[in-house]
Formats: sequence, structure tokens, C-alpha cells
Amino acid sequence: MTIQHPHVDWFALSPSLAILAAAGALLLVAVLVPQRARKTAAAAGAGAGFVAAFVLAIVLAAKSPDATTAIADSIFRDRWAAVAQVLIAGCGAVAVLLSWGERWRTEHVAEYYALLAAAGAGMAFFVQASNLMTLFLGLEWFSISLYVLCAIDIDLVGSLEAGLKYLIIGAVGSATLLFGSALVYGTTGELGFDKIGAAGHNHDSLLVLGLAMVIAGLAFKASAAPFHMWTPDAYTGAPTPVTAFMASATKVAALVVTYRLLVTAFPGEEHLWTWAIAGIACASLAVGNIAALAQRNVKRLLAYSSISHAGFMLIAVAAANALGARALVYYLIPYSAMSLGAFGVVAARERELGVPVTLDNLAGFGWERPFLGVSMWAFMLGFLGFPLTGGFVGKFYVFAAAYEHGWWWLIVVGVVATIVSAAYYLAVVRAMYFRESAELQLAPAGGSPPRDLLLASGVGACLVVTIGSFFAVQPLIDVAQSAANALPL
Amino acid sequence: MTSWLTTILIFLPVAAALVVWLVPMPRQWVGSLAALLSLVEVAVWIAAVERFDFTSGKLQLAQRHSWFGDLGVSYHVGQFGYSLWLVGLTAVCGAAACLYAWWVGRERPRAYFGLLLFLTGAVVGVFVAQDLLLFYAFFEAMLIPLYVLIGVWGGAGRMRATITFVVYTVAGSLLMLAAIVVYGLQQGTFDLTRMGTSGNDWLFLGFAIAFAVKAPLWPFHGWLPDAYRESPVEVSALLSGVISKVAAYGFLRIAIKQFPGPTHDFRVPILVLASIGLVYGSLLAFRAPDVRGVIAYSSLAQMGLITYGLFAANSLGSSGAVLQMVNHGLISTTLFLLAGMVERRAATGELALLGGMARGRPALATVLMTTGVIALAVPLSSNFAGEFLILAGVFQQAWGWAVIGAVAIVLAAMYMLRLISAVLHRQPGPAVTEAALDLRGAELGIVVPLVALLVALSAWPDAISGHSFGTSSKQTAAYAAPAERR
Repeated sequence: MTIQHPHVDWFALSPSLAILAAAGALLLVAVLVPQRARKTAAAAGAGAGFVAAFVLAIVLAAKSPDATTAIADSIFRDRWAAVAQVLIAGCGAVAVLLSWGERWRTEHVAEYYALLAAAGAGMAFFVQASNLMTLFLGLEWFSISLYVLCAIDIDLVGSLEAGLKYLIIGAVGSATLLFGSALVYGTTGELGFDKIGAAGHNHDSLLVLGLAMVIAGLAFKASAAPFHMWTPDAYTGAPTPVTAFMASATKVAALVVTYRLLVTAFPGEEHLWTWAIAGIACASLAVGNIAALAQRNVKRLLAYSSISHAGFMLIAVAAANALGARALVYYLIPYSAMSLGAFGVVAARERELGVPVTLDNLAGFGWERPFLGVSMWAFMLGFLGFPLTGGFVGKFYVFAAAYEHGWWWLIVVGVVATIVSAAYYLAVVRAMYFRESAELQLAPAGGSPPRDLLLASGVGACLVVTIGSFFAVQPLIDVAQSAANALPL
Repeated sequence: MTSWLTTILIFLPVAAALVVWLVPMPRQWVGSLAALLSLVEVAVWIAAVERFDFTSGKLQLAQRHSWFGDLGVSYHVGQFGYSLWLVGLTAVCGAAACLYAWWVGRERPRAYFGLLLFLTGAVVGVFVAQDLLLFYAFFEAMLIPLYVLIGVWGGAGRMRATITFVVYTVAGSLLMLAAIVVYGLQQGTFDLTRMGTSGNDWLFLGFAIAFAVKAPLWPFHGWLPDAYRESPVEVSALLSGVISKVAAYGFLRIAIKQFPGPTHDFRVPILVLASIGLVYGSLLAFRAPDVRGVIAYSSLAQMGLITYGLFAANSLGSSGAVLQMVNHGLISTTLFLLAGMVERRAATGELALLGGMARGRPALATVLMTTGVIALAVPLSSNFAGEFLILAGVFQQAWGWAVIGAVAIVLAAMYMLRLISAVLHRQPGPAVTEAALDLRGAELGIVVPLVALLVALSAWPDAISGHSFGTSSKQTAAYAAPAERR
């Protein structure tokens, strides 16, 4: 008896392999490199891994004009996945920059970067998933890394709690996804997305149940309401660079996969899942925006804002048309930049004060640190969907997709949600500029604020993407278009 | 026919703002540099006037590039006659505001002047954008500097003022965004010059409410008193002088031109709101306890009058409305700057504490008197010409509107004369001391050109009213026709 080896398309796997290799190397760094050089070596290694993946994913996108599957049909090799990988790798690279100045314990620092890389590798693999097995594998791969990352800073109050909450609720999400996958497999007898789609099923109630559970499982990862309850605690408790990475890269991975899975595997149930996704989108918009109004802690506020943005992007998913796919890819570009950047600025203030950042102790920040202040201003306006930021064009495309689907009421929901969100996004600007820090009599911890060029350059990169995506819409939309062509729409 | 002139008009102030923000320079230079660059903007506008062909009512100085093609959105800018005048108003008032801020000396000058210049650029952008999404982008971009200008440099009540201002305007403009998305996708393009007209009432309302908030029209004026009172005085000047005209322009260029059917259907309700605003605003201005309150509420009334002219939907009304927009812009800017000068001398704007400032202060008295007299529309003034055209236009709709308008003009005389006498005449108020000097040379240098423009317009109002829609009567008729057709 011979075991048949599938042909392995190493190039198709190269982005995730590059980051994974970095993760493996960093584990060696943790034991081999002397302590004083460890942090530098670890950060450089993780950065190199992400940058390599970034480049490889661009090459992969360029060389995969036609969507194919690879390695015994277990992963996709197409632009939809490759573009998502570019985004994930970019988020990872910026997260490395943001992490540098964090006060890590030296004995954990290499493991931290190793886990960050492992999570990135998992996401890069996850977005390529083409059957239910690789889907689940990828999901668990990056989730487990993130659970540990949330809890890694044992000196941080709430970090352990964040990790535990994320672990338990994340495990429920994974279990739901797994159960759903089992039901789908049970009814169709197929694992591959396109084969499930081709199996042709006539409203088997088990299949519908399976679909519902798969959607719920993915919605946990995208932190969409009503599956969002872990988000505020995990985002607040986790070390801020980890939060930045979760808010950007995890969202990219979860939403991109959700869209692909739904349109590829369940075209026959489109009339069901579009409504389900629209419902989840409305719930996320409502919960995220209303809860954010009451927050004083900035990380928590941004956590709720990320829930509401999951809602906006799910509108694009619910539209289930080519315009929606384009809208989703486009939206993710400025969105991930704004999330990373905003949490990066929060991290800077946090390191300056040594306490959690609230709207009150943000006072005067804009005047003290002009560059970070202006960047934060741009990120908040971007979240709000103001012109001069890509957030505006993103919202515009999402609304256009909803309209093309014939759901103008989703536009109204989105518009009302945006009006509500103005209150808290502008509250951040107000806190930074309209009040003087003298009013609070806050003394920064340890004299003048530490200069952190790496963090500033990370935030700067995010600022460039946020504003640049407003002006360079056409090239980005072309990219999104060619990515969306890989989907059967 | 591509012309860079319009693009330069938009981006010169924006580039100036970037220079002020980014280029290292001594603090003292900032104000003078900003003022200089704002005057360059005026010069560029004069160059645009020279190249403009007023006989044609067509879009001129236009430039068009695709922005993102799949939805038909483009960078398309250009000017009609009336846009040219409004751009000029923006440039002149923006320069006056910069000069005044330089004279007064604001804290954190780099941020302040940068934002002021950025605001000027955004407003110019609104007046020249010929693509709906571009229009919206500039419309919203105005809010960014305004929010901070009021919030950081405003008076004691600035927090409340900014919140109300932002809530009102964001709510209005996002409704407009929804309308823009639907309208543009229906038409397959967002280019205003290529879009067909629409008969959809909801879309019309989406636009109309956004403009009604921005103008403001009664009952959407809740943000107005706080914002006008708490802003730095030159920002109030721009708000009431220029930014309220954005709304009137929006009615003219988008609501009326693209939605002839709904304009016809909603004419009476809108004229009713305008009448209420006209009378109510005038009465409030008559009762307002402070200088800025009088100007703020008179602005509400004047916007009602301008709306009258716009929704009269004939060439008389529209020409009068454009003339009145420029008039009111200049008057309001001048009055706000004068209010600031009075407040600096008396440390208050309360009318009860002022008075008797004419004695020993001839320059202040002359300038305030001249502006006030033009504002109350004495015959031969430019305001008189504008209001006459508007009333004549609205008379053709129904004589009742003209009666209300005429009554309001009487009310305007009442509140203006009350303002003049409360500041200049009577016994010197407790806040007015001998130490309060007459207007200085620099201050005169800012307000006298504005007043001179008003006097020049009084001599030749036809410069604007006859040069806004093309001088050949056919063009004017063609403009008014869509609304009259039904």
C-alpha cells in the first residue's frame, strides 16, 4: 500500500511559512541569545518575518491571476487570500513597531514576538482555507496564539482576566464553528467550500442549522454583536500592541473568510444568510455605537468602535455582490491602519502616564505631542467616515453595495449609526485638544515623555495609509476588484 | 477646456495651511505669512475674474479627472458666475479673518492660522465642486477646522457650542450622504453636469435638510446662537458670512437645479419656514441682549430672505439671492469684526453696558454707521437692491410672500438702528471708558476695504445680479426654466 503524497505548492504557502519560520526562529532566540540583545533580536526577527510575508504575498497576488486551489484542494491560491495576507502581514509589521517600547519582562520578550508571529502565520493560513478542516485548523492556530498573547503581560492588571475571558468565549466560538462544520459535512458529505456549494441541497434543516452555527462561530472572531461580549474586556486587558493587532488583523482574517465561505459554499442559501448577516450587522452597529457612548476608557471605547465597524463591514458582506466584495477589501485597508494607529497612540500615552488611558487623562495630549495628536485626530475622523480619510470612501462603498443589493434601509441604519458615533469619536478629539493637561494636574510618570521613534514611524505609516487611501482610491479599488474576481459572484 | 485656476483657488489656502503647520519659522511670522497668503488667494481670484466670460452661463475654468471610475466619481471643479462671486466672497472674508486674527494675536498661532486657511480652502472647494461626492467631501471637510477653531479658541461656553453645532451639522450632512449615494447610483454618475434631474421627494429632503441646518433655516437653527457667540469673532464672521452661503449655494446648485419636481412640491413649506425664520429672527435680533446676538439672529433672518429669493424660482429671485448672499456675507463679516473690536475695547458685548462710543471715536462711528445703514437696506444701498430683486421675484409667486418680506425689512431697520444707537449713542455705558480708543489704523485697514466693497456694490449691484447666470437673457431663462416648467 502506498500513501499518495499531494503535490505541495510551496509558493502558495510561502507567506504563512515565512512568518511561521520567524516564529520558530524566535523560540530559539528566546533560549540562545543573551538577555541584553534578546529584545532587539526578537523584534527584528518578527519584523523580518512579517515584511517577508508582505512581499511574498504581493508576489503571490501578482502571480495568481486565476483562482486555483492547491495542496489537494485544501487551500486557495488566489488574489482574495493574497490581498488579505498583504494586509495581515502589514498589520503584523506595524504591530512589531508598536510593541518595541512596551515594558516587557526580558524573560518573556522573545516568546511575545514568537507568538505574535505565530498568530500572524495562522491568520495568513486561515484566509487561504478552502475546506472546513483547514478553516478550523487556521482558526485555532491563530486563536490559541492570541489567547496567550492577551495574558502574556502578567504585570498588567486585567491581562490575565482578558486572556481567560477570550479563551473561554473564544473556545465556545470555535466549538460552535466546529459543530456547524460537522452538520454541514453531515448533510452534504463534502468538506471543500466549492463542493459544498455544488452539492445542491434543498433546504435541509440540518444544513441551515450548520450554516447558522458556522456564521456564529466566525462572528465570534469578527467580534460582531451578539457574539461580541469578550471584545471590550479582552481589548482593554490585553497589552495595547496586542489589542492593536487583534483589532486590525483578526478582523481582516475573520471578515475575509466569512465572505468567501458564504458566497462559495452557500450560494443556495443566499436568501437566508444575507438576512442573518444584515441582522448581525445592525445589532453590531447598535451595540457598538450605543455602548461606546458611555465609555471613558479609551481602549474600551475603541473596542466598542471595532464592534460597530464589524457591523459596517458586515453590511458589505450582506450585500453579497461584487460591489460588496470590493467594498469589504477597500474598507479593510484604511480600517486596519486606523485601528493600529489609534491603539498605537493609546500605547504611547499609556507608557507616558503609566495608567490606563481615559478620556480625562488624554487632556492636552494633542498639544504636548503634536504628531501623535494629529494622527489620532485623523484616525478618529477616519473611523467617523470623514473626508480626507479612507474611512469616508469605505463607508461610501459599503452604502453603495447595500443600495445595489436593494437594501436602502441598511444605508439608513448605517447613517444613523454614524451620527451616533460622531459623539464619541469627537469626544476623543475634544479630550486631546480642548482641555489643558494642567487642569488635571497630571504629572507624567518619570519626567519628559519617552521618545519612541519606532512607534512614531508605525503610527506614521498608519497615517499615510489612512489619508493616502482617500486620494488613491482608484488603484486600491483596482486591487480590491481583482481580489473580488476570485470569488464566484 | 481645462484650467488649473479653480484648482489653485482650492489648494492654495490648503497648501498655505500645510506651510504654516510644517515649515519651521518664528512664531511672530506665522500670522503675517498667513495673512499674506490669504491676500494672494484674493489676487488669484481677481485673475479668475479677468479670465471669466460673464456673457456665458456655462461652467467655466473647469477641470475634470476621474477619481474612482467604477462608481463614476470624479474630481470635477469649475465655476458658474454665481460660484465665482461666492468664491470671491470666501477669499475676501477669509483674508479679512486672517488679518484680524493676526492683529488680535491668537494663542498657538501655527495651529490657528493653519486651520483658518484650511477652512477657506474647503469652503472654496464646496463652491466649485461639480461632482456630488467631491461636494460632500468639501462640505464635511469644513467641519474639521471649525470644530477645533470653536472648541479650542472659543469662549467660556465653547464645549456646549461645539457639541450642538456638530450634532446638528453631522446629522444633516449624513442624511445628505445617504441621498447622494442613492441619487448617484441611480444616475450612474456623480458628476453634477452629467446627472439628470430627479423627482424623488426623499432625496430632495435629504439634501434640503442638510442645507437647512447649515444655513440655518428655522427650525434648524438651534446651534446658531451658541456657535456665533462662543466662536472667536473672526470665525463667527466666517460662519455667518461665508459658511451659511454654502447652504444657499447648495439649494441653488443641487436642490433646485437637480430636483425641479420636488422643488415645486415643497416650495410653499420651504417659503413658510423661510418666512418664519425671517420674522422670528428679526424679532429675536431686536430683543437680543448683546452685539453678537443681534448679528447672529439677523443672520437667521437674512438667510430666510435669501431662501425666499432662491425658491421664488425665477431669474429675478435667483439674481437677487446671489446679490444678497454676497451683500450679507460682507455685511455680516464686517459687523462681526466690528463687534470683536468693540468687545476688545469694552470687554463685553452686552448692549446694556455699552453706549456712547461715538463720542471721540469718529472712525468707529462712521464705519459702524455705514455698515449698519447698508444692512438695513436704505434705498441706493446694495442690500436694498438685493432685497428689492428678491421681493420682486417672490411677488411673482404670490403677493403675500412679498408682504411678509417687506415687513421683515422694517424689522431689520428696527434691530439695526437699535444696535447702532445702543453701541454708539445714548450715555456712555459702564463698560465704556476713556481708555477705549478709536479704531486703530490696522483695524481700519481690515474693515474699510470691506465697507468699500459694499459701497461699490451699492453703486453697481448689477455687477453681481447681472453677471451670475450669464448676461444673455436666454441663459437666465434656461436656468430658471426647470422649476417653472411644472
